[in-house]
Amino acid sequence: MADRTTLSSRKSEELVQTDLRELLPGVEPERQLDDWGRSERIEGAFDKTLIEFFYRLWFRCEVEGIENVPDEGGALVVSNHSGALPPDAAMIAKAIKEEHPRSRRLYLTVEHFFKGYPGFSMLLPKIGAVPAHPANVHRLLFDEQQLVLVFPEGRKGTEKLYKDRYRLRRFGRGGFVEAAMRAHVPIVPVAVVGAEEAQPIFAQVPLLQRLTGLIYFPITPTFPHFGPLGMLGYLPAKFKIRFLPPVRTDDMGDEPWEDQGLVQTVAHDIRATIQEELFDMLGERRSVWMG
Amino acid sequence: MTSKRILITGLSTHWGGTLARALESDPSVETIIGVDRTPPKVELERTEFVQVADSHSLIRRIVEAAEIDTVVDTRLVVDSIVTTAQRAHENNVIGTMNVLAACSGVKKVVFKSSAHYYGCEQDDPAFFTESMRRPHAPRTRLEKSIVDAERSVEEFRHRNPDTAVTVLRFAHGIGPRLRTSVSELLGLPLVPMILGFDPRTQFIHEEDIANCLEHAVRHDLDGIYNCAGDGVLALSEVIGLLGKTPAPILSPWATGLSAALVRRAGLRSLSPELERLLRFGRGLDNRKLKATGFRYRYTTRETVIKLREHQRLAPLMRATGEGYRYERELEEFLRYSPSVRAANAAPELPRNVVPGGATVPEESKPRAKPAPASKPRRPRAVAASAPAPATPPPTPDYADLEAEEIIALLGELDATALAALRAHEAANAARPSVLDAIDGLLARSGAPA
Repeated sequence: MADRTTLSSRKSEELVQTDLRELLPGVEPERQLDDWGRSERIEGAFDKTLIEFFYRLWFRCEVEGIENVPDEGGALVVSNHSGALPPDAAMIAKAIKEEHPRSRRLYLTVEHFFKGYPGFSMLLPKIGAVPAHPANVHRLLFDEQQLVLVFPEGRKGTEKLYKDRYRLRRFGRGGFVEAAMRAHVPIVPVAVVGAEEAQPIFAQVPLLQRLTGLIYFPITPTFPHFGPLGMLGYLPAKFKIRFLPPVRTDDMGDEPWEDQGLVQTVAHDIRATIQEELFDMLGERRSVWMG
Repeated sequence: MTSKRILITGLSTHWGGTLARALESDPSVETIIGVDRTPPKVELERTEFVQVADSHSLIRRIVEAAEIDTVVDTRLVVDSIVTTAQRAHENNVIGTMNVLAACSGVKKVVFKSSAHYYGCEQDDPAFFTESMRRPHAPRTRLEKSIVDAERSVEEFRHRNPDTAVTVLRFAHGIGPRLRTSVSELLGLPLVPMILGFDPRTQFIHEEDIANCLEHAVRHDLDGIYNCAGDGVLALSEVIGLLGKTPAPILSPWATGLSAALVRRAGLRSLSPELERLLRFGRGLDNRKLKATGFRYRYTTRETVIKLREHQRLAPLMRATGEGYRYERELEEFLRYSPSVRAANAAPELPRNVVPGGATVPEESKPRAKPAPASKPRRPRAVAASAPAPATPPPTPDYADLEAEEIIALLGELDATALAALRAHEAANAARPSVLDAIDGLLARSGAPA
């Protein structure tokens, strides 16, 4: 809650002062990392090997509606979420990089948990992950005019078992809508089919979760019996990624984020849009593996 | 510039000295008085130095006697290795209280604080803005004392709406003349890291620290400002720039234990604050200060590169001996003796050379400005800078102080002062609580002696 008040007071400061966006630190070309800790070198290495392999050969991603991702300016990309170590984030980022005419880069928001877990804490920022703090999202969207990917279901989405596949969980408290409204950027809903089958979760083991300190401890076809690398044991399901028409947030009046009812309505609408689209895509799908 | 009569606490710090020198060259500044526990480390031309105790309890008299209009408070301890935890607390909490108590009539207060105020936590934003409060309670004693000090400043702001209060929260300062836990850590051939963590770090160059303070003195900035160089670097990036080797020797779990072992092994600079920084890192949004027209001279990356240059040169420079040493008699002679010609007394100029002479080689240093031709003498300020008599008269408004406030201040007085104060109290208010407290202290100080 403290973050929300923070953002609103920050907003009023910006109104009296000059546009703080012009005062963002300049880019230092000698550096390989940006201020978020994102490393072009490490990201590139992953992109050329592992992600390329999964995108082209393993999941054979099929992308529709890429024109719905704006060419410039910030936008909040909102997607359904699944998989123990979710492959959907990387595939959406790769899809925008490969298919979009401007091949824009995408920042993924992740749980604060990852910043505190050894290994993840070091690696994830290097490949474009940012802790999902409202202030971080605002800076990326409003000040830096970047694309940001959020999963409003959060860990409720990745925790869910195979039997609940493609049923969207609650979309948080609508925080993502609020973030987009404050930054005056559109929301681009995305529906992803295939991730649920790529890594089905059969059960959760709370005891092991507590022992390992992970956010959850799933049983998948390859984890935990093949060790930590078993987390990467995806089945070759066919991926379909559909970008839906953007929802504008800058025409909803003055300070629409103050109106919690409106925020909830927009969040609910977006959830319904993605859910319908998912059922539509699933209805068209003939085979899990061939699409 | 509205500030004409300026008091600087923490004169002996690098930034305190640099700020005093920068202000000395401005003829519109009438008086600069510096206080600190130890003598200044840079040669000063017309700044007057007064040595004070840890808790800065007598500053009020200086402020009133010299009609100070601006107080620049740079004495906050922001690094655990500088002093003991006890003294850090005394200085940060009690000292801030006493300094602020002296500031009630001044026009402007500039308070040097630290980004430790925000702490380092797992759920921190990547860039702190000034309006954000720290999400959790302070974790270490030092952080707690800084948070307490800032709270006193905020209370002061509410009680004195006519005083412009500037709070500057600095990122870790590094530079050739600063010795901090961070610079010690980065000076090691193997830089310890926590296994599996690569935190984001941000620094500010020592020159920029002084420049920020000067900017705050020259402009009326009411409010809180973050001060940190542009750019946030991953620690691995910093270590790479310095040409060192990262050593992930601290374990990710039970880090406190492994850190204690490392400290035991001799690396004292691994403070609890640093331990948290090595895990989570911290970034500041420095745009609010930039919006007031300030420009940083060095980015974080350039600051690190400067540190590298210094690290490479340090072994060669060590042989040149120590620099300036403060000598009270000499300084007083140069300032007040009728025999001294003002123009010749300026530091960094050889004697018998007219300032401004283009042939003097030392003039190549940009800092060596010629002294203002007619240096006014200020006998009133002289009186204030003379060593304060240790006996009463107590502070002029002693009668206004509450009994508890007096008792809180008693700890700084020695036995003779206490006896004198007791006489004064007995003759006037004769509050039993105060008298009892003094008697108790006298008994305690008398017994071991």
